[in-house]
Amino acid sequence: MSYLLKNATLPNGKSSDLAIQDGHFVATGSLAENHKVIDLAGKQVLPGLVDLHTHLREPGFEESETVATGSLSAVRGGFTAISAMANTSPVADTAGVVEQVYRLGQAAGLCDVFPIGAVTQGLNGQTLSEIGAMADSSARVRVFSDDGKCVFDPLIMRRALEYVKKFDGVIAQHAQEPMLTQDAQMNEGEISAQLGLKGWPAVAEEAIIARDVLLAEHTKSRLHICHLTTAGGVEIIRWAKARGIQVTAEVTPHHLLLTDDYAKNYDPIFKVNPPLRLESDVLALRAGLADGTIDIVATDHAPHSSESKDCEWSVASFGMVGLETALSIVIKTMVETGAMNFEGVADRLSIAPARIARYANHGQNLEVGDVANLTVVDAAAKWTVDRDLMSTRSKNTPFHGFELPGVVTHTFFNGKLVFGE
Amino acid sequence: MKHLLSINDLSRDEAILILDTAAELARISDGPMKKLPTLRGRTIVNLFAEDSTRTRISFEAAAKRLSADVINFSAKGSSLSKGESLKDTAQTLQAMGADAVVIRHPASGAPFRLADNQWMSGAVINAGDGTHEHPSQALLDAYTIRKHLGKGAKDLSGLRVAIVGDILHSRVARSNVLLLAKLGAHVTLVAPPTLLPFGVDSWPVTISYDLDSVLPQVDVIMMLRIQQERMHEIFFPNAREYSRYFGLNRDRVKALNSNAIIMHPGPMNRGLEITADAADSARSVIVEQVSNGVSVRMAILYLLLGGAPIEGGIN
Repeated sequence: MSYLLKNATLPNGKSSDLAIQDGHFVATGSLAENHKVIDLAGKQVLPGLVDLHTHLREPGFEESETVATGSLSAVRGGFTAISAMANTSPVADTAGVVEQVYRLGQAAGLCDVFPIGAVTQGLNGQTLSEIGAMADSSARVRVFSDDGKCVFDPLIMRRALEYVKKFDGVIAQHAQEPMLTQDAQMNEGEISAQLGLKGWPAVAEEAIIARDVLLAEHTKSRLHICHLTTAGGVEIIRWAKARGIQVTAEVTPHHLLLTDDYAKNYDPIFKVNPPLRLESDVLALRAGLADGTIDIVATDHAPHSSESKDCEWSVASFGMVGLETALSIVIKTMVETGAMNFEGVADRLSIAPARIARYANHGQNLEVGDVANLTVVDAAAKWTVDRDLMSTRSKNTPFHGFELPGVVTHTFFNGKLVFGE
Repeated sequence: MKHLLSINDLSRDEAILILDTAAELARISDGPMKKLPTLRGRTIVNLFAEDSTRTRISFEAAAKRLSADVINFSAKGSSLSKGESLKDTAQTLQAMGADAVVIRHPASGAPFRLADNQWMSGAVINAGDGTHEHPSQALLDAYTIRKHLGKGAKDLSGLRVAIVGDILHSRVARSNVLLLAKLGAHVTLVAPPTLLPFGVDSWPVTISYDLDSVLPQVDVIMMLRIQQERMHEIFFPNAREYSRYFGLNRDRVKALNSNAIIMHPGPMNRGLEITADAADSARSVIVEQVSNGVSVRMAILYLLLGGAPIEGGIN
């Protein structure tokens, strides 16, 4: 199928027609006769969004999500490439498991699903997993993470950082000092003290970030910090980048919008790891994302079955789904506030994540010859989040009932219209 | 007032109404007819998912003196210990027609979940949730303080109260800080820095690390239990050192004001946070706190359930 997209607003604000044929952007003059015309007047186009951080729960926890349902959720949110974290069952710590996840993504056929390999066997934090075999597998893994757990042992972290240099890989660290966060439930602050929920101090995150940027400097390796949540963490990353350390960082949509105030009614829909922080942290994260200290937005899409949220706070699971609300939250918190334009959105949600993870054919500039991965959003349109109408298999969105800007109308993956009409 | 989940649910006037009602109920209970017919036909469930003897018995006695039917549902041997969710338990209690649930639970906020989720329609009374709150304890403490030192006043204006010990993990302390501030008392928290919450600076209290300097300045000294499991969590070097700096002993009792009273929510670790001679001294109102607890809990049940129309006909 060929497409002529008329009057699209490009990330740089200019209006243009885009032609798609045989999976690529082509010159409008070279389109075949029987192409479909879609008028995108007033709509924003972006290079297909790229998410470096999702939990697709397959294999092992298919009651919460599968690679197929996660892919559908992704394209509804405008993503054409998503990354599947390794904390499945079995853990993605061998070539066999990452190839399985990769094949499931291919079979679903809606977007690219790139598995992330575990840094340590079974996420045990003690023994390196078969990193080389995963890199050489058909899944060509380049990002490694024990996400959900911190690679706590500094020697293991050092070795992992060094080892992935062999194939230009990157270690994505879940920065959480385990001893400072035993049984921790929410941000440590006035509200945790009032609620009697065990606190999760900012320093538990910042101490690991500080250690690891120094290790990355020492080893001259690439480090990526997952889901930054604190103003102090932003400062450390800013300092590290100024020193020339090869560190990149991500922020989640929910940490750009929500604060620990939401814990006050003990509804575990707001329980997430790392926890929601203070308004001052939210503002620092937005500023960091705007000035490029934080390189990307990643969803940390974490589906959970309803019974693991419909309970007491302290026994509830950590995590929120996010693929279908991510772009809207970024528009609300960054574009509508004037902190960023759509060129910035294209960079933080597509170009930069594709570059960090070395995902070919993603994060490009919509030029003739590029693979046609494209997201169309009606940025001005409003919609109300309804957990019962989402494509993800789980309903644990903290945004149920929120009115948000930005309706994704079309998603093209490899030149195919995978979402929209 | 539909539920009693937190002291924050109460206005100053509502808190005073509970204390006044408790005083009236205590007066009646001292008469020949201990039992009142007020809650006849009502069902109150004591849902205790955590070990507790005195609070459960106190609520049970309160409910029975008001002629309510009482069902005791404790964690051991119940479905809660078999992994049944709080939601299923709540729906079961709802199906059985509970008019009120008195809940003690190890998870902070569990009573909020019961009350907020439409899992059940009855009144929810927090009898201690995790490290969050224990509002009925604070009310009985305020009642006891007012009775001894109130000089006929409705509130506790101008009284000085020290709460000593493990503030960090204490639901008694959280509820007392809120209620005492509401009633006009001045609160000083005395603890090692490790046992004070991170956000304590924003509380309406004075903080001290030095018990001896606080003793002569207070009208009430409230000692908190040090739980045995905290011993292994490096909050302080050992029990001996804790007692030396923060325990109430004979010498410290002597340093108190002549009219000061000694309180403890129980159960006590005699020899750790309080010595036997301090606990049993003439200043101690610890045993009286227990009997006042029944009156205050009667008042809570009476005001939450008594005289209220039965909504929707059959409950």
